[in-house]
Amino acid sequence: MLKNFKHEKVETNAGVLLVLTMLAISAGGLVEIAPLFFIKDTMENVPGVRPYTPLEQRGRDIYIREGCYTCHSQMIRPFRDEQLRYGHYSLAAESKYDHPFQWGSKRTGPDLARVGGKYSNEWHVQHMIQPKSVVPESVMPNYPWLMSPLDYADIGDRMRALRVAGVPYSANKEEYQRNVEKFGADVAKTLHIPDARNILVAQAQEGNFDGDRASVTEMDALVAYLQVLGTMVDFSKIKPEDLVKYR
Amino acid sequence: MSATNAAVAEPYDYDVIKKFAVMAVVWAVVGMFVGVYIASQLAWPVLNFDSPYITFGRFRPVHTGAVIFGFGGSALFATSYYVVQRTCQTRLFAPGLATFTFWGWQAVIVLAALSYVMGYSQGKEYAEMEWPIDLLILFVWVAYMAVFIGTLMQRKQAHIYVANWFYLSFILATAILHTFNNIAIPVGLFTLKSYSIFSGAQDAMVQWWYGHNAVGFFLTAAFLGMMYYFVPKHAGRPVYSYRLSIVHFWALSFMYMWVGTHHLHWTALPDWASTLGATFSIMLLLPSWGGMINGIMTLSGAWDKLRTDPIMRFMIVALSFYGMSTFEGPLMSLKDVNALSHYTDWTVGHVHSGALGWVAMISFGSLYHMIPRLWNTQMYSIRLINTHFWLATIGVLLYITAMWISGISQGLMWRAFDDFGNLQYSFVESVAAMHPFYVMRAIGGMFFLAGMCLMAYNVYRTIRQGVLAAQATAAPAAAAA
Repeated sequence: MLKNFKHEKVETNAGVLLVLTMLAISAGGLVEIAPLFFIKDTMENVPGVRPYTPLEQRGRDIYIREGCYTCHSQMIRPFRDEQLRYGHYSLAAESKYDHPFQWGSKRTGPDLARVGGKYSNEWHVQHMIQPKSVVPESVMPNYPWLMSPLDYADIGDRMRALRVAGVPYSANKEEYQRNVEKFGADVAKTLHIPDARNILVAQAQEGNFDGDRASVTEMDALVAYLQVLGTMVDFSKIKPEDLVKYR
Repeated sequence: MSATNAAVAEPYDYDVIKKFAVMAVVWAVVGMFVGVYIASQLAWPVLNFDSPYITFGRFRPVHTGAVIFGFGGSALFATSYYVVQRTCQTRLFAPGLATFTFWGWQAVIVLAALSYVMGYSQGKEYAEMEWPIDLLILFVWVAYMAVFIGTLMQRKQAHIYVANWFYLSFILATAILHTFNNIAIPVGLFTLKSYSIFSGAQDAMVQWWYGHNAVGFFLTAAFLGMMYYFVPKHAGRPVYSYRLSIVHFWALSFMYMWVGTHHLHWTALPDWASTLGATFSIMLLLPSWGGMINGIMTLSGAWDKLRTDPIMRFMIVALSFYGMSTFEGPLMSLKDVNALSHYTDWTVGHVHSGALGWVAMISFGSLYHMIPRLWNTQMYSIRLINTHFWLATIGVLLYITAMWISGISQGLMWRAFDDFGNLQYSFVESVAAMHPFYVMRAIGGMFFLAGMCLMAYNVYRTIRQGVLAAQATAAPAAAAA
């Protein structure tokens, strides 16, 4: 049958051309994407990774709004220089609650995957308002408008949308209980949607990220997010050989 | 008034093509201007002016959206409607739908740009459009598919010409990629904000499957369709090898969809996936070069045209850049090279040697060929086309040279150790060292933009002259009646 095949048959029949083209372009995606949802080794099994608190999530929204990913990556590669400069290489598990992922593709500025805890809150605030005041050679824009009040009226809607996407924020008692078992009571409290606004305000005031306890600003949210990046997994408790099989 | 005359005189629907052709030129000027602006912001950050609306982070997707979807997209709609009608010897199927694709697509570009400066973004490269805009794109795309396939079905030629295979493949692939990569949960019905259904490693995989095929199908397969029609047509020679075009088409369509994972080497994506991507990237060199050779050799017997015809020169230089970028791409997909090149300006340079050198130049050549035929006239000035050619070529060369130097310098500085095994440079030293190259890149962009402005002027005069001539011939006829 193949012996008699002439490409002319494809060229003279739009339907055949369409079907064969569909087959040709579908293969790659199917083979590469589908298994990632089923193969267990895709995601490391490490303790500590939890969904973002309401304030951190709002900070992440601002990170995306300002297009920070156009200049900063959040993905440390397993090289000696990156280990020295940024810390332990990034695990897949560390971004499992990231909708969307923000690994980035360009380092006009440094990687931020483990920026959490590296600088003080005061440093971040000053750096955001005027980067050159702390890093004279920086080409980063100033972000003075981040000192404006944070709009957190729809934080519940945001968390509900993320919950639909698969983030285990709790909407009721049973889900809350499940989070207590999974993450512990302290974390579970911060993931409860009905209390989201109170939790957000409390974290902003206790954390005092922007240097002003009274107000809840966008700066509070963004700095809270930056300060948690890369800090969830305690690498002193993980043996390197346990991670090897996931590579 | 001339539209009714034209409808009688012309065997094809040119109205929607004219609209898209003009907007391709407009978006090219706008998108390239924004590109030069953001390039200048990296060289001189004061240009961010402390304004949220034009900071680099929000303005960069305005640039990519305007050039890829505005300029590239409009050029593809225009040329595909032109090519499919002429090679099938039939009029457009459902011209009303075709007009909808025009207004819908322009709305997409404008709404996307406005939403970015307002701070709405999905946070995925080249797919920053939020969900309502994504839905509009989907509607436009389904209409486009209907018009294109419908026109193919009512062809008066037994054969479907090779250019149409590439356009078809691009339309189908873009539909699949766009749909899957943009599945998101909106925060509410009355807000633009949404969250991707995928997260982390899976989201990265889907995004770069999409992202690289925005390059592979939107910016390559479709422009190859353009090449397979306009190069032989303009040279007045048949396509060099029919067999090669068959191999080129099927190999390219099959392989491109696998290569996206080379954007994720050494990341938390499983190694098997990125290795597979690299393997297909290297194999892809063969069909890519097959296509380039097929295009360039089409000129055999007509090489003298390169000396006299700047339009031909645009097309052949475009093919040369296509060959260069499709060699550089597989090279950068090797894991050891990628370890150096990833995250640096080298990637940016590579994209632009493809986007400016190949995509933009083949579009310039095709538009210069098509526009006078649409308005039934000659190009206003061949000398201006020639000047445009040189400005564009010098611009690309400056751009990619600057990015090669800065990209490789960044890669080497980041991994440099001193005699004691400490990192030799702080990160910010690498930032400071890039300044001269960022200036050089901005200047390269200015050259390219200047050429583009000449083209806009030349096209404007050409259309004016065509419209005036049409009126002049229409007037006596009307008087006689």
